[in-house]
Amino acid sequence: METNQDNWTHVIEPTEGIFNFNLRELWRYRDLILLFVRRDFIAVYKQTILGPLWHFLQPLFTTAVYTIFISIVKVPTDEIPRILFVLTGVVLWNYFSSCLVKTSNTFIGNASIFGKVYFPRLVIPISVILSNLMSFFIQCLLLVPFLIFYRDNIHPTIYILAIPFLILLLAMMGLGLGILVSSLTVKYRDLNYLIAFGVQLAMYATPVIYPLSLIPGRFKAIAMVNPISPIVEVFRCALLGKGTFSIETILYSTVFAIVILVFGVLLFRRVENSFMDTI
Amino acid sequence: MSTVIKVENVSKVYELGKMGTGTLTSDIQRAFARMKGQEDPLLRIGEKYDEGAIHIALRDVSFDVMQGQVLGIIGKNGAGKSTLLKILSRVTAPTTGKVKMKGRLASLLEVGTGFHPELSGRENIFLNGAILGMTNREVARKFEEIVEFSGVSKFIDTPVKRYSSGMYVRLAFAVAAHLEPEILIVDEVLAVGDADFQRKCLGKMKDVSSHGRTVLFVSHNMEAVKNLCQEVVLLEKGMVAEIGKPAAVINSYFKRNTQYSSQIIFEEHEAPGNENVKLRRAELHIHEGEILDINHAFELQFEFDLANDYQEFNYSLNLFAITGEHIFNTVSPTVSAVKGRMKVSCLVPADLMNSGDFTVSIMAVSQRSITLFYFQNVLNFEIFDNRENEKWFGNISGAVRPKLNWKLS
Repeated sequence: METNQDNWTHVIEPTEGIFNFNLRELWRYRDLILLFVRRDFIAVYKQTILGPLWHFLQPLFTTAVYTIFISIVKVPTDEIPRILFVLTGVVLWNYFSSCLVKTSNTFIGNASIFGKVYFPRLVIPISVILSNLMSFFIQCLLLVPFLIFYRDNIHPTIYILAIPFLILLLAMMGLGLGILVSSLTVKYRDLNYLIAFGVQLAMYATPVIYPLSLIPGRFKAIAMVNPISPIVEVFRCALLGKGTFSIETILYSTVFAIVILVFGVLLFRRVENSFMDTI
Repeated sequence: MSTVIKVENVSKVYELGKMGTGTLTSDIQRAFARMKGQEDPLLRIGEKYDEGAIHIALRDVSFDVMQGQVLGIIGKNGAGKSTLLKILSRVTAPTTGKVKMKGRLASLLEVGTGFHPELSGRENIFLNGAILGMTNREVARKFEEIVEFSGVSKFIDTPVKRYSSGMYVRLAFAVAAHLEPEILIVDEVLAVGDADFQRKCLGKMKDVSSHGRTVLFVSHNMEAVKNLCQEVVLLEKGMVAEIGKPAAVINSYFKRNTQYSSQIIFEEHEAPGNENVKLRRAELHIHEGEILDINHAFELQFEFDLANDYQEFNYSLNLFAITGEHIFNTVSPTVSAVKGRMKVSCLVPADLMNSGDFTVSIMAVSQRSITLFYFQNVLNFEIFDNRENEKWFGNISGAVRPKLNWKLS
């Protein structure tokens, strides 16, 4: 009866190792990740008149409002056309904030499906990051006509090559913070509300509608604590030619992204085993 | 044959006090109150906050499942079946103990998990297949077969929100049934769908097991369990009460849940009734060792105390389904009664009742017209189903299910 005892394919135990990231299993479910991406992408715009056009409209309107605002209060934008200045910030910030907000709901939003079937729970937040990446690319297309129109006022730099890395950092931070929050919301629903307006406030602490160079010297250090600031600044420097950052600040953002992601995944994996009992 | 699932001393404990209140503010509120030595502001009056309160859903459960076996898991609600399934399908982790498995496990805890209403049948097949652990290529290979089995090929490109609930379930089951997992968990799928679909499902289950794959079948439908399983595990209060051949275990399940001496005795001061008549004892009686199912007779016995002599005296007994439906009324012969104790019994014959939960009320009547007292809901009991060699496992409706004299020529 107990002949081939050693070839169990799976052993369910109370706690799996703390540092068991189980990436191999995640890889086995790659098709599921892609299907979720597809689902999120398609399903959102079913039964809407404008369909995928909404990808453009939302950042366009936001940009318009902010541009009018900073024109009225005369925020200097390092001689970059205001609308382009704001649009780059908004598109980048949108990616981070939607990653954070949507992944922060992973456990509660998917409780019904998690309660019935097993698949690596990380599949859901990862698919959210990817489907947001697609909207991000679409929104980047929006930049193109403006970049052409204002081609005389901007000076793209070699940092353009760093853009994929910037996106990766943003994705890591959005995912890491998001799953951290989602693990905590299992016990404390308050965080769900907090995250909604917290993200909004955080935007004003990030140089989205103002340049970092505007901040006076003694506050700059404080502003630099925000790990997203350097990313926005490098992004602008890459496309438009002006930005305030240094190797140290980039390094800081990178370390922050790695730490928050590792920490997030560890907590997430701790929670996923038993969250069904508390939710 | 080798063991494909080995459940070793699995326990699951829910710690009730530790869960917190769900919001940070409430937790802080509670912590403050306790610091100041006040009562917990969030508890209802009279409630006590007991930190150590635990609920043991499973206690030291162990069993093995062999390859190709259809194993039934039965037990009353709250016996731990769902918890066990959740652990097996990795939805939640056990508190202690281990489960070892060989091969991919797919569960039909509820069919249609992850179906997105806006997506078409085709898109949902792929999505659902992937959720259940298949790769795109596997689903694509099985696609035609799945559509065929579900019988919704005409609507395969329609969003599933436009489907009827029957079509929805058929499609969902089709995906899961074609998964070809080494281990399949089936939970109460027979509760849905029509007779035709039910037959298909059962056929598929047999098919799955005959191909050397293992099925765990959880159901309240004892007829289905008896007919489909080779071995049955009976759970009771989170423990394995019995493992063995279906007929024996199911029998034992019925016996454990039949109230033999569902007898109520009242002391004089508490006896229901009035100054004329009081109920002192009520009992549902069946022969020792028998099961209260539709094929067995049972006796309703009562003892009354009469305060006076009555010239004409009789009883009228009503039997209701627990849902309120009136099943029948039966009237006792009229006798002349003497003051004192009176014993009454009424035999309900075998092969008359349908299965279900019932309640009995009895009325004492004098002069065939005057109600002395109406004793309501005196006895409650459940009558189990029993079917041999049946292919239909759904509910058989009707107030009664009598065995009548048929002639076919």
